Amino acid sequence: MTADLAALAYLVAAVCFILALKGLSAPGSSRRGNLIGMIGMVIAVAVTIADPSVMSYWWIIGGLVIGGAIGTAIAFNIRMTAMPQLVAAFHSLVGLAAVLVAAAALYSPEAYGIVGADGAIRLASRIEMILGMAIGAVTFSGSVVAFAKLQGLVSGAPMVFRGQHLLNLLIGLVMAAAGVWFAANGNASAFWVVAALAFLIGVTLIVPIGGADMPVVVSMLNSYSGWAAAGIGFTLENELLIITGALVGSSGAILSYIMCKGMNRSFFNVILGGFGGSGSVDTTAGQRKVNQGSADDAAFILQNARKAIIVPGYGMAVAQAQHALRDMADKLKDNGVEVAYAIHPVAGRMPGHMNVLLAEANIPYDEVFELEEINSQFATADVAFVIGANDVCNPLAKTDPACPIAGMPVLNAENAAAVMVVKRSLSPGYAGIDNPLFYRDNTMMLFADARKMVEDIVKGL
Amino acid sequence: MEAAVDPLFFRLTIFVLAIFVGYHVVWAVTPALHTPLMSVTNAISSVIIVGALIAAGPAGMDLSGVLGFIAVTLAAINIFGGFAVTQRMLEMFRRKDGARGQDP
Repeated sequence: MTADLAALAYLVAAVCFILALKGLSAPGSSRRGNLIGMIGMVIAVAVTIADPSVMSYWWIIGGLVIGGAIGTAIAFNIRMTAMPQLVAAFHSLVGLAAVLVAAAALYSPEAYGIVGADGAIRLASRIEMILGMAIGAVTFSGSVVAFAKLQGLVSGAPMVFRGQHLLNLLIGLVMAAAGVWFAANGNASAFWVVAALAFLIGVTLIVPIGGADMPVVVSMLNSYSGWAAAGIGFTLENELLIITGALVGSSGAILSYIMCKGMNRSFFNVILGGFGGSGSVDTTAGQRKVNQGSADDAAFILQNARKAIIVPGYGMAVAQAQHALRDMADKLKDNGVEVAYAIHPVAGRMPGHMNVLLAEANIPYDEVFELEEINSQFATADVAFVIGANDVCNPLAKTDPACPIAGMPVLNAENAAAVMVVKRSLSPGYAGIDNPLFYRDNTMMLFADARKMVEDIVKGL
Repeated sequence: MEAAVDPLFFRLTIFVLAIFVGYHVVWAVTPALHTPLMSVTNAISSVIIVGALIAAGPAGMDLSGVLGFIAVTLAAINIFGGFAVTQRMLEMFRRKDGARGQDP
């Protein structure tokens, strides 16, 4: 195959990838989009294997078979609640692959045609190589830490220590100096110094960020994996990699932005870390009176309602309550109750996580609404059923400009005629502040494990 | 202009324009599908496999070949896993009447 034909085929693959993302604008077109994406990938791999520089196929076939088997097995067995850590793990693999490809290009530059007239790797290629590799290395180790936090291997609490930012700055400066050293003379030791420091800084950057800020971190690492791919694309002079890297990089950046906006915090505020679990809880809260209810009380109120809005949060995912919730909603609908779901942008541990969990429980997606779509409807609802959510419906965000979540868009659950909150205790949410919603006269607290409580309500209906 | 433009600038042009394409396409993605968006971008960013294939395919095996082989394996996990888990998620999104969502 000639180089021109290969370039054309890469263009087709790039268009396929764009169409794959475009398909996601609606659930109906999304599956076709994903298939087009797969076709694009097959084209890209086939064209590359047909390249004359590829002369032996056994290692390639071995890698594809082993990787394909592992990947497919994981994809079909993973639980939907574990999607955030799976995506983090996948990001780490892209990052590591970027580092390995950069190293392969360093040791065999002639295979990639990036050797200059003097027999060494060209200056521009060296700069692109070290940039792509460093971003890949940060993506790798950062994603490993994010995975460990999401999987619960390490505590989700932010790990902060004195001089943290100074340390990161120092690592960054030494890394930059080693990068310049590599760019200047293509020294392999400099390459590995940059790699080691990039691995290190990936860890030190992510450890201070708390568990509930992981949606931003996962989105950010998504973006990084794209920029790493683009950097390698520049190194290897491969337009398909450049285009794909740019698509993925901007996608992750947009998701990070949406998540930050959902918390009314700046990107830097999240990245600098230390948020959450600060212990600023109002201790007078213990003396305030709450209305505690039973599953039967809740069932009675719910079946006499005309309209109920369910507000799911991460607690629902932890308790695996989504299937019981669907049963409850089905029974309510049989009783003529109108049921809708309200999703806050940062509910769950990654963007869109709640939507997937509800979809997994066969909840129709046209009953599930985003914050802006549904927030005005709480005023006409008879019941707001808050399950495993806290900060996302804390009215303090609207009334107390001094609280940590001031200005964060919240669901107006308190506007419903009655509010039910399924929660294990009155403990504060991630932001570490009390929620006045729990103490309102029209609020009934249902203290229990979310799944057990919902199952009990279903029995009472 | 007499002198030829360095091809680097063509690539830079492609890169910047692709960022704009990504920006517009991704803002059009419905928030309900943001998780599948992440898993599918994950799968397509593994197109970095094209770099790994070149490294893994020389006639004789050397250090770069080994690095390439590992990179092919890692990227293949991502490609197969990413597309398959995306498809699995998208199959779950259904309408009220039980039918899978159709184009409007």
